[in-house]
Amino acid sequence: MRIECPHCGERDRREFYYVGDAVALARPAPDAGPDAWDDYLHNRDNPAGDTNDLWYHEGGCGAWIVVSRNTVTHAVHRTKLAQKAAS
Amino acid sequence: MRLRNPGQTVTFTFDGKPVQGVPGEPVAAALLANGIRLMGRSFKYHRPRGVMTAGSEEPNALVTVGRGAAQDPNIRATVLEVSDGLEVFSQNAWPSLRHDALAVNDLLSPFLGAGFYYKTFMWPASFWEKLYEPVIRRAAGLGRLSGQASADCYEKAFAFCDLLVIGAGPAGLMAALTAGRAGVDVILADEDSAMGGRLLREVEDVDGRPAAAWVADVLAQLRALPNVRLMPRTTVTGAYDQGTYGALERVAAAGAPVECFWRIVAKRSVLCAGALERPIAFPDNDRPGIMLAGAVRAYVNRWGVAPGRSVTVFGNNDDAHRTARDLAAAGIKIAGLIDARPDVQVTADYPVFTGGSVTATAGRRGLSSITVAHQGGTRVIQTDCLAISGGWNPSVHLTCHMNGRPRWRDDIAAFVPTPDAIPGMAVAGACNGVFETAGCLREGAEVAAAIARDLGFTAEVTLPVAEARAYAIAPLWEIPGKGRKWVDFQNDVTTKDIALSAQENMRSVEHMKRYTTQGMAPDQGKSSNVLALAVLADLTGRGIPETGTTTFRPPFVPVGIAAMGAGGQGKGFAPTRLMTSHHATVAARAPMIEAGLWYRPSYFPLEGEVSWRQSCDREVGYARNAVGVCDVSTLGKIDVQGPDAAALLDFVYTNRMSTLKMGRVRYGLMLREDGFVMDDGTAARLGPDHFVITTTTAAAGQVMRHMEFASQVLRPDLDARVLSVTDHWAQFAVAGPRAQVLLNTVLDDQISNEDWPFMACGTVGIGGVTGRLFRISFSGETAFEIAVPARYGESLFRQLVAQARTLGGGPYGMEALNVLRIEKGLLTHAELHGRTTAFDLGLAGMVSAQKDCIGQAAASRPGLVDPARERLVGLRAVEEGRRLTAGAHLFAKDAKAVTANDQGYVTSACYSPTLDCYLGLAFLKNGPDRHGEVIRMVDHLRGVDTLAEVCHPVFFDPEGGRARG
Ligand SMILES: [Zn+2]
Repeated sequence: MRIECPHCGERDRREFYYVGDAVALARPAPDAGPDAWDDYLHNRDNPAGDTNDLWYHEGGCGAWIVVSRNTVTHAVHRTKLAQKAAS
Repeated sequence: MRLRNPGQTVTFTFDGKPVQGVPGEPVAAALLANGIRLMGRSFKYHRPRGVMTAGSEEPNALVTVGRGAAQDPNIRATVLEVSDGLEVFSQNAWPSLRHDALAVNDLLSPFLGAGFYYKTFMWPASFWEKLYEPVIRRAAGLGRLSGQASADCYEKAFAFCDLLVIGAGPAGLMAALTAGRAGVDVILADEDSAMGGRLLREVEDVDGRPAAAWVADVLAQLRALPNVRLMPRTTVTGAYDQGTYGALERVAAAGAPVECFWRIVAKRSVLCAGALERPIAFPDNDRPGIMLAGAVRAYVNRWGVAPGRSVTVFGNNDDAHRTARDLAAAGIKIAGLIDARPDVQVTADYPVFTGGSVTATAGRRGLSSITVAHQGGTRVIQTDCLAISGGWNPSVHLTCHMNGRPRWRDDIAAFVPTPDAIPGMAVAGACNGVFETAGCLREGAEVAAAIARDLGFTAEVTLPVAEARAYAIAPLWEIPGKGRKWVDFQNDVTTKDIALSAQENMRSVEHMKRYTTQGMAPDQGKSSNVLALAVLADLTGRGIPETGTTTFRPPFVPVGIAAMGAGGQGKGFAPTRLMTSHHATVAARAPMIEAGLWYRPSYFPLEGEVSWRQSCDREVGYARNAVGVCDVSTLGKIDVQGPDAAALLDFVYTNRMSTLKMGRVRYGLMLREDGFVMDDGTAARLGPDHFVITTTTAAAGQVMRHMEFASQVLRPDLDARVLSVTDHWAQFAVAGPRAQVLLNTVLDDQISNEDWPFMACGTVGIGGVTGRLFRISFSGETAFEIAVPARYGESLFRQLVAQARTLGGGPYGMEALNVLRIEKGLLTHAELHGRTTAFDLGLAGMVSAQKDCIGQAAASRPGLVDPARERLVGLRAVEEGRRLTAGAHLFAKDAKAVTANDQGYVTSACYSPTLDCYLGLAFLKNGPDRHGEVIRMVDHLRGVDTLAEVCHPVFFDPEGGRARG
């Protein structure tokens, strides 16, 4: 598997650290309440199809990247810097 | 027998006997040339077996190469190349290949059919581990490993190209040539030692020349193209996502690795893998001398070796005639041609039996005769080689590696690939069901031209003239009648086993495979799969398409772990990180222990010390009474800069760092977002917008990721950047009452307690080098950490240690460091193990409620602030001479030591020379409320059962006066 790092170009997946669903981008407010925090911390969909993941280019530039890919076909559709996706 | 003068020969050995062979020819060819047909014993029944094929699909002729540590089992004699002095051994036979004791299994075969093991060794259950399994394992076949570490070298490599052409037969050569001429970056990989595929094995003309001459010409053209790479002896083993292919190269060069495992990334690929011939199931069809017809032609035409003196041919398609024609032309006697099709017209100089079949064979260690049924009668023909042609199976394997299913074509009685089964992969030639040379050449060229144009190149198709003849076949699977008819030769599966499977209702092809083990040998049923499912289809009254195939999975050929994991042995498994003091430390005879990838000293033994405890106790004394020096460079160091650096630290630490004054250091705690402690460390403010923070050795990587995550993902609004500087600085702890005296021997400007109070930091000069000094303590003593750029680390370490010795101190290792911190109740990852909260650690007060930080919201969940949680306490042994041990569990004093009564566990323990007592840190239910209680500590693993008093975790100098000096 190879991932297009917006900084470094297409790189082997061994350079990346995987963290999971990009739901991590939507951090609740500190006072959002236990349900919102429980959802944010623990509940993840497990789609057969398109998904957005967070990957960290640990063996490269250190960028956190949102990777849109398909869990069925394994196709990597798009990548973008998490910094841009978040702000 | 050789059909022509072989030229130069070399000598190799087979079971110790010298054999002459031509360098580079397969060992199987050399053995046949020397009249050796018996090459191995079968897996289960120990039947005598000879070579059946001339390629990597070989099921029978498996041999062991070399001896001792270099011994390599299960090598196919059809692929292994002859070289001078090569040592080859037969397998699965004892005491010898000719006289094999376990051949008795063959006589017992009525009892050893499919499912035998499942049914027989069921009871008594207790016999399995002690009796059945060892016996079965010893009897189970094929080659043996030496049990020694191999000194052979293996390699892995990566390659990239526009177009990967898999297979260099007629289709592959034309594909590579067409794309190569267009300028496409091409890799052409072929598993044979010579490229050309069947063109090297058949007698026919291409472009008015013998096919082999045309191949040589094309290869010369390809070699002249700088954009084409030829990879002979390279089997493409698997197709993976995003155009990635695995490939195994048998490297044939002196001093080179034995094998290289490639990962090839290709924008496009063309599969030109050809086709594999299949056998026909007739009684005793497994005797040495019975071979596939295409293999017989290969031995005759390519290697000039006659597999027999009097050959018979049996087939259901025109290749049977081609075989007889080639052999007759080579001067080999044809004892008979049996064509199962009744309606074929043939005129030949040898006996032809149309509409006939082979119904029996004879010959104990090799074929001596066959029985032919023809026109209602039978006759026996004396023959030492029977060539079988049951038709061709396109090599669809790679197209199935991503869940593709092949489809059945009735006209050629074979499966062909489903288009686009692998993204980016096209299929051409025989593996696409095209069995005539002209068609293969055309398809290869046209497919490659289309790909080249797709990639933006201009491509032309120029086709050579070649043989075009229709492939005519009448399906023929099993010859009726009694006797054992082998289907899977490598796993000893017969049609009877398949019938038993169907009878016991294992009618699905996947069930049949697992019940009979058909297709589960190292050859993965390359020669047997289609025959087996055709037999199953007939038995169950379903068609072949309805019966379906089993799943083909990578690798296409067996790949040694040594090749796939090349570079990952021993130290290659993980990189080694060495401190700048490493050489000086090792020279001081300090035993090194692993800390992640780092190596750190346990202790520094002195002359006369006989146990680690003596050294450790002495080193603790250095720090408590004089001065000790310890390399702490392995701790993570992260530089944080930017106008919002302080705000970022406020967000990642539980406590406030923005209020930290310049030139000061503060202890900090980091949580994960789920509220549990991730790590602790210090933050030093070097400037208004500049901090350097430390992490524990264990969590350095995790904290760096976390900091990047916080700044990029959670707070991109903050203008701050983080950078790991762990490797840039060598850092040494200098601890003890004389620490300041020692430092003043190396610093350019003297320091005093007034200028450098506890938790001060700043820049200092050390012999003209600019370094950093932090007055922080992990020992409870007056202590500093001094940092210099890494290239000065070794020199500073030697100087600090030398000066420490003159002051009655010296270096200390991890054991002493651990004792010093336990005496002070300071934490490491033994306590910050991922399941403890700030509340558990007694650090709840460090979580500021005045600001948001990572983990704050989740840390306030009721379950995480329950007083009954297991919380940090100190333990002091109360029984004279009884030790405390990390990992032990805690129980009420009079309770039984069982899980239900578990009250907590010990995370760290040591003997404290300072307090002359065993100490421990532990997590205990309601811990802080139980100070003074005596509890029971049980370590089932080490057999320790003792009493301990619960106390505050800071055992020594609880007021902290010593650190402040
Ligand atoms: Zn990058």
